[in-house]
Amino acid sequence: MPKELQSPMDSANPAQDVQGIWGMTIDQDLCTGCQACVAACSMENNVPFVGEVDAGYGRSMQWIRIERFWQGSYPNIKATPYQPVMCQNCHNAPCEPVCPVFASVHSASEDLNLQVYNRCVGTRYCANNCPYQARVFNWRDYMDPRQRPELVTLSNHWNPDVTVRRRGIMEKCTFCIQRIRHAEDTAASENRDIRDGEVVPACAQACPASAITFGRINDPATKVSQAADTSRGSHLLEELGTIPHVTYLAGGA
Amino acid sequence: MSALTKPLFAGSKAEEQEDPKEHLMHDRMPRGEMNSMMLDSMHSTTWKYWTVTGVLAAIVATCLFYAWYYLIMNGLGVAGVNRPVYWGIFLVEVVFWIGISHAGTFISAILRVLKVEGRRPFTRAAELMTTFGLVQAGISVFLHMGRVWLSYWLIPIPNERGLWPDFHSPLMWDFMAINTYLLCSTMYLFLPLIPDLAMARDRATGWRKTLYKILAIGFRGTEGEWKNLKTAMNIFAFAIIPVMFSVHTIVSWDFAMATRPGWSSTVFGPYFVIGALHSGMAAVAIVLFLIRSTMKNMKYFLRPEHFELLGMLMLLVSMAWAYFYFNDYLVPWYGGDKWEKILTNFIQTGPEWYLWYLMLFCNVVVPWAILWNRKWRRIPWLLAIVGFLINVGMWLERFIIIPETLTINRMPFTWRLYVPAIEIALTIGNFAFFFLLYMLASRLIPLIPVWEVQEGQESHVLRKIGKARISAVSEID
Repeated sequence: MPKELQSPMDSANPAQDVQGIWGMTIDQDLCTGCQACVAACSMENNVPFVGEVDAGYGRSMQWIRIERFWQGSYPNIKATPYQPVMCQNCHNAPCEPVCPVFASVHSASEDLNLQVYNRCVGTRYCANNCPYQARVFNWRDYMDPRQRPELVTLSNHWNPDVTVRRRGIMEKCTFCIQRIRHAEDTAASENRDIRDGEVVPACAQACPASAITFGRINDPATKVSQAADTSRGSHLLEELGTIPHVTYLAGGA
Repeated sequence: MSALTKPLFAGSKAEEQEDPKEHLMHDRMPRGEMNSMMLDSMHSTTWKYWTVTGVLAAIVATCLFYAWYYLIMNGLGVAGVNRPVYWGIFLVEVVFWIGISHAGTFISAILRVLKVEGRRPFTRAAELMTTFGLVQAGISVFLHMGRVWLSYWLIPIPNERGLWPDFHSPLMWDFMAINTYLLCSTMYLFLPLIPDLAMARDRATGWRKTLYKILAIGFRGTEGEWKNLKTAMNIFAFAIIPVMFSVHTIVSWDFAMATRPGWSSTVFGPYFVIGALHSGMAAVAIVLFLIRSTMKNMKYFLRPEHFELLGMLMLLVSMAWAYFYFNDYLVPWYGGDKWEKILTNFIQTGPEWYLWYLMLFCNVVVPWAILWNRKWRRIPWLLAIVGFLINVGMWLERFIIIPETLTINRMPFTWRLYVPAIEIALTIGNFAFFFLLYMLASRLIPLIPVWEVQEGQESHVLRKIGKARISAVSEID
């Protein structure tokens, strides 16, 4: 586990049941901003399409978004590198303690943030407290074909492994936990550990530039830990002490 | 009766000529006459009363309950909330109404504990404000929730699945605090009401007799009953003061505990308490003006001297609010944190810059410019206007703290303005409901605590010392 991912609490009392901490690196020098990860994520996780009007009003529900800014003023404009942002699965997640009903909880064994859809009552406190603005809210029943007849055909494309969420609840990137569970089950049935690269989230799978690497960051041998350990790595809003599990790589040759 | 006396008003030259009958406490009236005056005002309903009540009820039915039904059936998409402004006017309303509810406790409990004699005729109206304000705050909490039909999950009910609310969450503290406050303030409203209900029971007929008989819980006015009642009221008056302070402090923690620029502030607790008193006092002024100018016989009970007392409190609280606002403003400004700076710039020069200036104008300039003058403080309609403007200002303050502050976060990619939608109708509905409850209460329970006024009149005497007439009050303990 890279040193910066360890909190003082961990070094004092290492969790006994840590199986493997999942993490991700995103190489901003490779990212072309093609939005394939956004599309793949939406298809994999049954993320609804909210329509033009709501999307324009800040209600788009993509679990991953690609940020890009312009620096300077015209004509001396420079674009910043593309920055895909999703839930950073923080070790010290600000979204977790503020939920009054334990809908936003932490997996101690894998250091993941979990969102319990059927426990959420929709106070939206977690979304306010998320410094990355990574959480999205079901403002309407976007997935209900009775309310949106144009979606009737789309309902055949839903991923059966992922819950379809209803209005009034919060959701976010899960690091494709259904794929993690599938790999864990396969490994357990074959009586072995999960191999590096066995779990590929939808965004990483779809990325044509292979900018996204996923794996266990507590094992120094994995590709993802080696990539994260380089001097190019940084975390979003590191100063807040959230200890995120996504490392951004930028500034390389 | 102890012999402790203290001057009620000092004898400056201008006041020596003043007719002591101007003071309610010296304008004695026989008990029976005062009781029937109060009951008369409760019984008389004009067509105007029914029209206003009907219109308010229609507004509540459409703007509040129908709009709420529509909101529940369609989801929060019909409101203006978006990313990043996840909390909109619903939360503004929660904080606003809890703020309004603080005045009742403050005026009633603190002034009772401090034995401020001027409080006597308007404690009841202020206590009702606590309960009615909390009703609106509670409704707004439910309006805000994404899945309101599951809101009972916030209640710690032991269940076979072992599901329990998370007491780490400031929202949970808030939920507990508001419930405690609602229970305490309702009991505190009820206790001083018992003798008046018993008085009404003895003089009422028909369904009113039955109603008051139940509500008065058999109070006959014996020495022992009075003693117990006074003890209970004393306990509640002292105990509810820390509850009141804790409630709005905890409401402020909903914001102050979050890791957001503009919210994460250590001064928020006392600042919110003072803000609550600011809007609450002002609301009492409005309500007293409405009661005085629309209800029968009320000009006897509510006099310029009471508005003057209220005006002084409003001025004091306005100064305290300005002090806390200055603290809350100066420290982040001096600290120069990048995000706080962007936020301050956005609030003062962004697309909604005028709200900030309007807030300062209403909260500071208006009360300071008008309430310093004793003559102006004594004009009820002027005080009502000042009260209205202060409430506009305090509503805007909460609007700036919640939706405007949420617009700015540490991920500039998501910055987006908030445009209220169905919240506007629901806000109108909330206000209409508040006034509707007052309209109904004004004909069902005595809005003036008659026994307290009578007790006050009995304990006041005019003493002649030389040529001066000094008002003296003896404590009945």
